[in-house]
Amino acid sequence: MTTPSPATPAAEPQAGRDRSFGEHLRDAIQDSTVTVTVLALIAAVVLGGLLTAFTNNAVLHAWSDFFSAPGNAIAKAWDAAAGTYVALFEGSVFNPHDVAALFQQASISTAIHDNYLSKVFYPLSETAVQATPLILAGLAVALPYQAGMFNIGGQSQFIGGAIMAAWLGYAVNLPFFVHVVVCVLGGFVGGAALGWLAGEIKARTGAHEVVVTIMLNYVMQYFLAYLLSSHSLMQAPGGSNSITQAIASNAHLSLIAGTHLRINVGFLIALACAFGVWWLLNRTTTGFEFRSVGANASASRVAGMNVERNWALVMAIGGGLAGLAAASVIMGTDFTLNPQSYGTYGIDAITVALLGLGRPGGVVAAGLLFGALHAGSPGMQTATGTPVQIVQVIQALIVLFVAAPPLVRTVFRLRAARARGVSTSMSKGWNA
Amino acid sequence: MELELRGITKRFGLLAANDGISLSVAPGQVHALLGENGAGKTTLMNVLYGLTQPDEGEILIDGKPARFGSPRDAIAAGIGMVHQHFMLVPVFTVADNVTLGIEEAGRSGLLDRRKTRRDVADLSHRYGLDVKPDALVEELPVGIQQRVEIIKALVRQARVLILDEPTAVLTPAETEELFRIIRQLTGAGTSVIFISHKLREVQAIADTITVLRRGQVVGQRTPPVTEDDLAALMVGRNVQLRVSKDLAKPGEVVLDVAGLTVADAGGLPVNGLSFQVRAGEILGIAGVQGNGQTELCEALMGLRPTTAGSVTVEGHDLTRASPRSRLRAGVAYVPEDRTDDGLVGSFSVAENLVLDMYDRAPYSSGINLNLAAVRENAAARIEEFDIRTGSAATAAGTLSGGNQQKVILAREVGREHKVLIASQPTRGLDVGSIEFVHRRIIQQRDHGVAVVIVSSELDEIYALADRIAVMYEGKITGFRDPGVPAAELGRLMAGGADSTGIPGAVVGADGVTRVDDGGEPPAPDEPPAPDEPAAPDEPAAPDEPAAQDGQPAQEEA
Amino acid sequence: MTAAASDRLPVLLSPGPSDGAGTFGGRFAAPVTYLVFCLLDILVFGLHAKGDVTFSFTPEFAKVSVPNLTLAAAATCYFCGALTLALAAARLLDVLGVARLGRVPRRVIIGVVLFLFVIALLAWAGGGQSIPVGVVNLLSGSLNLSIPIMLGALTAVVCSTSGVINIAIEGQLLLGAFCAAIATSVTGSLWLGLICGAAAGALVAAVLAAFAIAYRVDQIVLGVVLNILVLGLTGYLYNAVMVPYGDTLNNPDTFNPVKIPLLGDIPILGPVFFDASVFLYITYVLLIAIQVGLARTRWGLRTRAIGEHPVAADTVGIRVLAMRYRNVILAGLIAGIGGAYFTIGSVGSFGPDMSSGEGYIALAAMIFGRYTPLGAIGAALLFGFTTQLQSILSSINVPIQSNLLLLTPYVVTIIVVAGLVGKVRGPRAEGVPYVKS
Repeated sequence: MTTPSPATPAAEPQAGRDRSFGEHLRDAIQDSTVTVTVLALIAAVVLGGLLTAFTNNAVLHAWSDFFSAPGNAIAKAWDAAAGTYVALFEGSVFNPHDVAALFQQASISTAIHDNYLSKVFYPLSETAVQATPLILAGLAVALPYQAGMFNIGGQSQFIGGAIMAAWLGYAVNLPFFVHVVVCVLGGFVGGAALGWLAGEIKARTGAHEVVVTIMLNYVMQYFLAYLLSSHSLMQAPGGSNSITQAIASNAHLSLIAGTHLRINVGFLIALACAFGVWWLLNRTTTGFEFRSVGANASASRVAGMNVERNWALVMAIGGGLAGLAAASVIMGTDFTLNPQSYGTYGIDAITVALLGLGRPGGVVAAGLLFGALHAGSPGMQTATGTPVQIVQVIQALIVLFVAAPPLVRTVFRLRAARARGVSTSMSKGWNA
Repeated sequence: MELELRGITKRFGLLAANDGISLSVAPGQVHALLGENGAGKTTLMNVLYGLTQPDEGEILIDGKPARFGSPRDAIAAGIGMVHQHFMLVPVFTVADNVTLGIEEAGRSGLLDRRKTRRDVADLSHRYGLDVKPDALVEELPVGIQQRVEIIKALVRQARVLILDEPTAVLTPAETEELFRIIRQLTGAGTSVIFISHKLREVQAIADTITVLRRGQVVGQRTPPVTEDDLAALMVGRNVQLRVSKDLAKPGEVVLDVAGLTVADAGGLPVNGLSFQVRAGEILGIAGVQGNGQTELCEALMGLRPTTAGSVTVEGHDLTRASPRSRLRAGVAYVPEDRTDDGLVGSFSVAENLVLDMYDRAPYSSGINLNLAAVRENAAARIEEFDIRTGSAATAAGTLSGGNQQKVILAREVGREHKVLIASQPTRGLDVGSIEFVHRRIIQQRDHGVAVVIVSSELDEIYALADRIAVMYEGKITGFRDPGVPAAELGRLMAGGADSTGIPGAVVGADGVTRVDDGGEPPAPDEPPAPDEPAAPDEPAAPDEPAAQDGQPAQEEA
Repeated sequence: MTAAASDRLPVLLSPGPSDGAGTFGGRFAAPVTYLVFCLLDILVFGLHAKGDVTFSFTPEFAKVSVPNLTLAAAATCYFCGALTLALAAARLLDVLGVARLGRVPRRVIIGVVLFLFVIALLAWAGGGQSIPVGVVNLLSGSLNLSIPIMLGALTAVVCSTSGVINIAIEGQLLLGAFCAAIATSVTGSLWLGLICGAAAGALVAAVLAAFAIAYRVDQIVLGVVLNILVLGLTGYLYNAVMVPYGDTLNNPDTFNPVKIPLLGDIPILGPVFFDASVFLYITYVLLIAIQVGLARTRWGLRTRAIGEHPVAADTVGIRVLAMRYRNVILAGLIAGIGGAYFTIGSVGSFGPDMSSGEGYIALAAMIFGRYTPLGAIGAALLFGFTTQLQSILSSINVPIQSNLLLLTPYVVTIIVVAGLVGKVRGPRAEGVPYVKS
């Protein structure tokens, strides 16, 4: 039975994709979901601050004497929390002390010559450096997300790309520009292979990609350790460390802001890929198919699309993007490969994509935000003693709140706007 | 129990689904609620069953007001409901389904299944329901599943039984069985509220008929009453129950299906099925849902693998072709489930209109989409098909059922095609949309398209088909002219053998058998009379096929 | 009221007809896989096996002594290969329709083939070695390693049957391990630690339930995010609090094995099943309780109903949402206990990411076990066994690099989920938030 036809609904959800990049950006900014995201950020920051404060020795001491010196207790808590965030900020955006030092210099030439100018931009550069793999990895999750696939195999795809990029980096010798391109492409291919594997398994057997990709993550983790354990494989000769040789200098990604800042071409590649993904999704037939399959695989199949091939393809491209993230790390900052190279990129990819609401523009913004957190955290740990894992906690809290707009709205008493949060049904593929 | 509804009003936003509805049901009475899709019948019953609260008005039981906060309250008051879509857990047994919610448990907490089985067997005997307590519901035919629902209500001592569109899934013979059960129930003092949009059935079974339109009661009648009277009340104007159409002028055979077989875990849903359709004719495939129609359509479109047989369009063998190749070869398809299979709900109307052709010029060149072309196409189609939507960028999932179906039709017939396959094309649509869709289908036929309609609504078959095929358990049990009486179709729909014993034979309304060998078109018959020849309270044709002319009855090959 | 979901199976996504539909190669996947095992038995193990292999069945301090069994290693491998070939042939006949097998025989064959494979593997590995292969050690080690997976799988079964996909088992295990370690270290009481571990699991489950049921967040995304949160939280707290104060906070006792009188003296099986950790006994109890509960009690019937057809359950007066909350949180207790095993049941102190993916393996076990408690336990045992096998093999000096052995359980999971399982349909409403309209 049909429900009675609605009288002209007031605001119909705009679904067309035929608007320009700029219009999309503007809509995203005006969108009420952004409000929810910002508030989620605030909530997470507050919770993170509480966690930091109440695991801090000095604070706990002060609080044991709360009733005799309440002001002191609260002040200590504030100091701990604020200190953490200030340290994060100074490490990722700018440090006012360095800015002051810059302006004390006699002239611009001395400033540049003695690296004061570079020092001022160092935090931002670090943010960009940290954001590069996060943006790429986030895209690796966001793109398949649009096609209805949840790619949590970022770690395995990252490792696949890292292996290829590192190996091509030290095993072959090529002229400058060519070597870089070859290694980058190698990274893409390595990641794409793993992504394709996961997608193909889902396509052929219907096994949900969550279990398979997580298993692949562990498999690749051990496989990498295996490759690095033997000199006949990838272990660097002349030593017993599990690490490869350094890659050739021709394979390094060029720096783009002077030699004292680590920001390199990888950042531009990441931005270009974000734009590329946007273009793919909204301006091409392939992207049309991806989105259609993601929204309604059944209807897409009836309309003639090959659903399985799309799954495999989107996972391959997604995997390739994760592989690019690996290449950007190996060729941009690390220059070698070790068993821990994959770091937390696999997990970060998910949080970045979710915070970015699965859209390329959002991924860039989220990548920059989390990149800032990563950039600032070493300094934060040194300055305040807060362990770096707090960053992961904050990240997860942010995403948790973003994923539940109704919760945030209840907490902050917002009116119920149309919820376009992360509630698309990934789960429908779980049990098909 | 005396049941009365007084001034029930329920609003959803600005829309009043029920507007001041009043009616009363006496004990032992069958009270029919008639209205087209969207008239408010389901909402009213949801109010009565406690699934939703009325904004105004009250429910009176034996003269005393009652509040139903949930189905529990309604059940406690003696109201039972058999929903249109059964509320049965398919993987449970009959007994488990009946006992769910009121389970008998021993002291250890373990279920007492023996007692439940006895209770079910008891009720089954008493009302002649013939249901086995240990059968798995998902293995039961639909008619029997319905009886399980009735037992569920009776076990909870329902004194008023609401039946929501109960005959939608039944053959004419099963419908007669249901009517028998209803009469037995009312004889024992239970009242029945019978919700339907089928005029003839309502006349056959009801003691009183209340007609709803747009949420209001527009009339009450006591049978006997004419169909035109009821139809006019239902729709509010003198409605042409049948879209007029010219005689078909069929040409060459366009679609040829031979020996098609589809296998699945349960058996052979399509079992050696054959038929041919010519250009410019409509073949209506009648049959109760669940006899393989869905599988047949999917197999024709390449969405399901076949294990035998062939599908040919204008000589091109499409048996192994992918769905895309079939669409491109000139087959248009309107699927049965428009929300799941026909549209991508979150895509815009414009995007849905090119869901099949987005990778062809002019909508794209190479990998690039040409959004301007998509927009232009959308504007043109919206105009041509009168699709009511805020704009071409509106999400298709927010349109009404009728408009959604128009989008699908616009997309499919907008493409060059030689065959149109439409499955349940007007399910869940209001009368206006039904008229539109029917008219459009006939228009396609007149343009020379070979049309196949699969429908479980006999009305629709009679309205559209130039030739009728009846499907039962994966086979075609017979081909007939549109003048054939409903009882005969009903017999074939229930598995009765084709009395001619000659495959491909068509028995005309005049009783003369002609063999359709693909040669000359059949002699023109008189256009079918608008009223059905079968009187509704004739006893159903016996299940055993009567052998005619002394020929042994043979099963259709 | 929303109309019930279409009764039609989502057939459009299934690649082929019945048997083994959904596996690589369709129906022939099973016989081909068995053939592969047969070839492995003969060519890899049989040809390279040397000397004799001795299986020992008696652990120290056993009351009843069972003599060792010595077999010619190569012959054993060939024998296993031959038997596997016969089973592969039988399955092939079944697939071709010549000699049909029932559902139970088919499953039994999977088990037998795997068993023969393991025998051959052990024969090859232990052939010519002076140390006998300790069967009891192998079995009891596997059993113990499987405990978190078994408990996690039971958790998954309860949640899935109720209609909620619980991906956060990993987080429940991890937080359970963490809290149990701290609680026992601080209070000195093992049982208190166990209770805290259980409570931690229930806490994570409560968050999952709230977000999934009340806020209707996508359950898979939610589960993954919760796992990330717990991982970060425990990692952070480990570094911030446990490392500096390891002696007070991360130094718990562990449960000693408890032997059940009489039963524990049965030769071979006694020491394995009845002289073990308290956690194992808890697992037995829970397994029986859940299996019987789901099949034969009012709770079980209603739980299955809300997972299959919540609308129908609602119309007969069952409170769907309340029941889902209760079941998910109760299931969380089970996972918390499983997590506690990592610390106070085995090694004692907590380490970062201790659960290393076993929560996800538990999910795979549930799927492989076809969403039933017994099946899930069986599958969990398989995975635990592969992990234990790796340590046994490295103790017999088998020349396979340790990392490759470590990744075996994960590869096995992939093969099982993708290759042998095919399409398993779980509760129809699994993962679909229930909306009362």
